[in-house]
Amino acid sequence: MTAGAQRSEVKVIGGVPWTRNTRQDLKWVLLFLAPWIIGFVVLTAGPMLWTLYLSFTNYNPISQNVHFIGLDNYERMLRDRHVINSLYNTLFYTVLHVPLSMGIALFLALMLNRIGGRSAGFFRTAFYVPNLTPAVAVGTLFLMLLNGNSGLVNQALGMLGIDGPSWLNDPAWVKPGIIIMSLWTVGNTVVIYFAALKNVPIELYEAARIDGANAWQQFRKVTVPMISGALFFTFIINTIASLQLFTEVYTMFFGQQQGQSSGAGQAALFYVIYLFQQAFGVFRMGYASALAWLLFVVIVIITVIQVRVSRRFVFYEGE
Amino acid sequence: MRRAVPLLVSLVLILAACGPNASNSASPTTGSTVAPPASGSAPAESQAPLTASGDIFAYGFAYETGDIIAKTRADVFKDKYPDVKVTYSESGFDDQKFLAALAGSDKPDAVNLPRNKIGTYIAQGVLEPLDDCIAKTGFDTSVFYDAAKADVTVDGKMYAFPEFYNTRNWIINNKAFKDAGIDPNSLNWGDWDAIAQANQKLVKKDGDKITRIGIDPKIPEFLPLWVKADGGSVMSDDGKTSQLDSQQTIDAVKYTTDLVKAQGDPTKWLDFRNTWDFFGAKNQVASDQVGAWPMEQWYLNVLAQNSPDVDITVKPFMTKDGQPITYEDGNAWAIVKGTDNPDAACALASTMVATDTWVAAAKARAEDAKSKNKPQTGVYTGNRDADKIIFDQYVDLSSMPVFEAAVKAVLDNQENAFGTAPSPGAAGFQTAMTAGVNQVLSGSATPEDAMKAAQQDAQDAIDSAGS
Repeated sequence: MTAGAQRSEVKVIGGVPWTRNTRQDLKWVLLFLAPWIIGFVVLTAGPMLWTLYLSFTNYNPISQNVHFIGLDNYERMLRDRHVINSLYNTLFYTVLHVPLSMGIALFLALMLNRIGGRSAGFFRTAFYVPNLTPAVAVGTLFLMLLNGNSGLVNQALGMLGIDGPSWLNDPAWVKPGIIIMSLWTVGNTVVIYFAALKNVPIELYEAARIDGANAWQQFRKVTVPMISGALFFTFIINTIASLQLFTEVYTMFFGQQQGQSSGAGQAALFYVIYLFQQAFGVFRMGYASALAWLLFVVIVIITVIQVRVSRRFVFYEGE
Repeated sequence: MRRAVPLLVSLVLILAACGPNASNSASPTTGSTVAPPASGSAPAESQAPLTASGDIFAYGFAYETGDIIAKTRADVFKDKYPDVKVTYSESGFDDQKFLAALAGSDKPDAVNLPRNKIGTYIAQGVLEPLDDCIAKTGFDTSVFYDAAKADVTVDGKMYAFPEFYNTRNWIINNKAFKDAGIDPNSLNWGDWDAIAQANQKLVKKDGDKITRIGIDPKIPEFLPLWVKADGGSVMSDDGKTSQLDSQQTIDAVKYTTDLVKAQGDPTKWLDFRNTWDFFGAKNQVASDQVGAWPMEQWYLNVLAQNSPDVDITVKPFMTKDGQPITYEDGNAWAIVKGTDNPDAACALASTMVATDTWVAAAKARAEDAKSKNKPQTGVYTGNRDADKIIFDQYVDLSSMPVFEAAVKAVLDNQENAFGTAPSPGAAGFQTAMTAGVNQVLSGSATPEDAMKAAQQDAQDAIDSAGS
């Protein structure tokens, strides 16, 4: 048998020659990926498929009765005014919070990028430290900061001659108050933008300056395109996180406050909070599963739209 | 196990959707006849013995971080039943964690849970009726206050032993009343017009800012009390029919929210109330920030310890017919159905609420308070025999006549209580009621519209709870 004949027996799969070495490599790859694959199947994909099944049942977690009820849970969602209200609250928050947090994070990252010397490390740390605060603590902290009577936010506004609103009890101001609170954790995005800014080649700015570009033009024509990948990434991630907002708001309006008077009314009922109430408040686990799937579909649709639209704006080096 | 899989799986996904967010087996060993068991109305030695041993897991109770009342009672149990090893969950009751525990391999054997949630778990068959336990221990259940007993009884069967007994009465800030020229003792507390007029006189403002709330009706928490005072009820006695859209409920919602609105912008009113140092020395009474409000009696202990010089009067809540009334709640001890060690679970549940156990705990607290030179206004239990001994022997407020009179007023009203009917949809009902009242308070809806919507949600929760 000739060497040429031996070569012709090697299978090619997906453009890759399937040799003994390739098979050996694949075994190692799978071995190292196994913890993640097992984790994904057991903790993510498996439960997701189970809840898809449960969403067609009236599963009660206490009695553990499971009866197939077809599309009843999905039909119920169409009639449930709390679903519409909580979706509205969540989308309202997302639409305002995501661009605002990205804008503030970008501004802070640009400032950080200009700071040199010893103080640079201090400021980088200072902007990130709030992210280390547990979400429940953030919720509790902002109950005090946003108090309309004695909170620091309204005291600061008072110094400017503004009579601050009731952030916690006026339905019109509850969501803006929550948006203010969520800016507390903008440090995550700042770090990502800061890293992206550090990777923008200095030569591009030099070339722009030689061509007569002013600071705004440099920002618009050099900085933004060069960090567009990071901007896109945070756009997606922040949107998904906003649609899943739970802990801070639950702590502020539904945790210890449960059953007590609150002017927030339905303004603080976010989608995942309603989902949680259905699952663990009234034990409609089947309905809660259907709600979880609706959220999943909403997130997928929004993400697909974002990806499609971003193709026109995101610049990847090397493409 | 197969039935537990869907629960575990759905718990994982739903918790995942919520973002980044104990026990030992019940294995009865060779039993031994131990010291006399828990007693109801009489000292332990008068009761039939109960044989119990082995390991059990009790959910909803903290020993390590518990107060002296919790620790002493657990120690009494340990002394009485040395062959029973109890692992406590070291946490308060939490539906979510309890569900996970039920689905786990180490199911709880006994549970300490709020009485206003018990109907849900009874309806779902999670709790064991206490018939056998009562028969074996000879526990005299007539010692429990009637209202507390009704909270845990369905179709004539008791499903839990009532533990604490929190009742509500008016706490009156005498300084505010004196400023307003009102005598709290001559005010007709069953006359809602008179209360509304007093409210106007008591409220204090600095410009638009409220500096003293007149009357705080404590809604939505105490709405059932206001409705009862008007001759209605927020729920049927069997817990199966919501009555949130009844005329009495709507009237009570309208009246109480109007009390708040009469004092100014409700949002500013709520903001001001949220600034109170409720558990501190500068609490709302000491700081003259409230005229009067209905409140649980345990708050007297907070006032006595943190601001012993406050001048207060406690008056019973009154019906419009002029009858004293109070709304009670508290926890209860129950046995989880299917436990491998029902005798040990029964021994624990019954001992925790027995007269002698409560008395031992009250005595320990009294001694502890004395050693720290702090006043204490007593422990209010669901066991009327225990209360009698505790307040006769271990509560001495003779040096604090204001509090002595306050405690007497509370005790005088203990038998006039009603509680929450054990409803299959208890949690959903509570959520609907709270949302309804808060919508009226925030001005988002009229009392009629808000309570009509709340009624729909509450009845839906009750109806679907059994499916």
